Amino acid sequence: MITRRGLVGSLGIGAGGLLLSGCDRVAATPAFRRFVDRTDGLTIDFTRLVSKRDALAREYSMADLSPVFRANGTQAPAAPEYRSLAAANFADYRLRVDGLVRHPRSLSLAQLRSLPARTQITRHDCVEGWSAIGRWTGTPLAGLLNSAQLLPAARFIVFHCADDYGASKYYESIDLVDALHPQTILAWGLNGRALPIANGAPLRLRVERQLGYKHAKYVMRVEAVASLAGIGAGKGGYWEDSNDYAWYAGI
Amino acid sequence: MMATVAHPVGHEPVTPLRSLPHRVYRHRLPTRLWHWSNVVALLVMLTSGLMIFNAHPRLYWGDHGANADRAWLEIGPTPGGAHLVLFGSVDVPTGGVLGRWKDANGVEQTRAFPYWATIPSGYSLAAARRWHLSVAWIFATLTFGYLLLSAANRHIRRDLLPTRGELKPSYLWQDVKDHLRLRFHPTDGTAHYNILQKLTYGLVLFVLLPGIVLTGLTMSPAFNAAWPWMLDLFGGRQSARSLHFIFATGLVGFILIHVLLVILAGPINEIRSMLTGWFHVHRVEEGAA
Repeated sequence: MITRRGLVGSLGIGAGGLLLSGCDRVAATPAFRRFVDRTDGLTIDFTRLVSKRDALAREYSMADLSPVFRANGTQAPAAPEYRSLAAANFADYRLRVDGLVRHPRSLSLAQLRSLPARTQITRHDCVEGWSAIGRWTGTPLAGLLNSAQLLPAARFIVFHCADDYGASKYYESIDLVDALHPQTILAWGLNGRALPIANGAPLRLRVERQLGYKHAKYVMRVEAVASLAGIGAGKGGYWEDSNDYAWYAGI
Repeated sequence: MMATVAHPVGHEPVTPLRSLPHRVYRHRLPTRLWHWSNVVALLVMLTSGLMIFNAHPRLYWGDHGANADRAWLEIGPTPGGAHLVLFGSVDVPTGGVLGRWKDANGVEQTRAFPYWATIPSGYSLAAARRWHLSVAWIFATLTFGYLLLSAANRHIRRDLLPTRGELKPSYLWQDVKDHLRLRFHPTDGTAHYNILQKLTYGLVLFVLLPGIVLTGLTMSPAFNAAWPWMLDLFGGRQSARSLHFIFATGLVGFILIHVLLVILAGPINEIRSMLTGWFHVHRVEEGAA
């Protein structure tokens, strides 16, 4: 609905666009925030409208692999619990699957590796702009969630990680459209080898229709929730909470 | 009192008034609205885009491209200064402007594009993406809306498409010479676009603007899954990112030349016509005393 205040706010945004120095102030206004939130919603809706639910990200050939797969973000978690797990080559690692599920589960790395696996050569697109192609092997998240049996109230899947940036732990979340997508896997292998620590060992998320920061590394716990409000600062992920990155990173 | 002859661009005046200056209706309302909203939208897109580039100031061809891969363009700080490196070999020192510069507080920064050219002025990839991806909705709607409308109301066919005669080398050469002599307007009392103008507007409207929207979408992993043909069209995601930057550079070049020519061609008449639609012309009398 067009209100006078909304119109004045919109005109304010337009006028601010003419003066770059004014843009930083415009960005801090509630009108700009509403505009950003609405267009963000539009982006999700439009993407989902033109995509088949299970539309696959392109899969590449061995010839397309990046000679060096760049590691980014945390490359060696400092948390003592993680370091002792890594020191024992993750023999004591357990992935918890809990929250709004009928049968909470706890799986060792060996158990995860014995589950049906999917291998896919996909392109990793960092929000910064670079891309790297790697060959990922892991267990489809859909199978894991099916075995734990999601409760009807579950709407989001949250990935709790072992690494932290200062005070808060890394975490990420996706909705069920992406969680149940055939290419969404918890990967334990990269380019035919065990997943390196720099790339998220022992287990990282691959959610191929979204940008890199959604692909949580060092995943310790998979939690099904009805709402993201109670987790972290409530925006659905570490970068979303701390820097206002968009929760939906399909673009 | 000025005589007024209202007629669409491309038609002879209905009642030409000899030796009197008169005015023609040159820009219809959709063109004028589009022009000025585009000024704002494009400015936001370009400046927020430069900030996004700052997050990874390297460009590649193909599907993948990261720090270990060969970049065809790179803007980076070096201990002594800063450089723009093309194709790994052409090295342009850019210290003070690109790669290493002082911000508004006099603090040295080592990002590619300086604070006065970016939204926001201080480094923030997240904030720049908010600007860029939100205003992109307005920008893409304006671009494709105007293209559709201009096809429907015959603006493209009547005013923008070159005629066969205009594309003759001799005619093109004549227009180049006219431009060098700063003669931009027809002398027959009409306000046709000249052929260099038509070709330039065509490049902007049919190549650069739709191209920049489509290459932008091709960088989206979600759209890649929905429309994988876009990856093939532009030769991979990193090629699309490079083309996005090249198209943006083309648009910046267009804006600079456009503003320069407005100034040379008579800024008051030109800007007034884009505000009111009415363009003042002088008809050159042939053989008249």
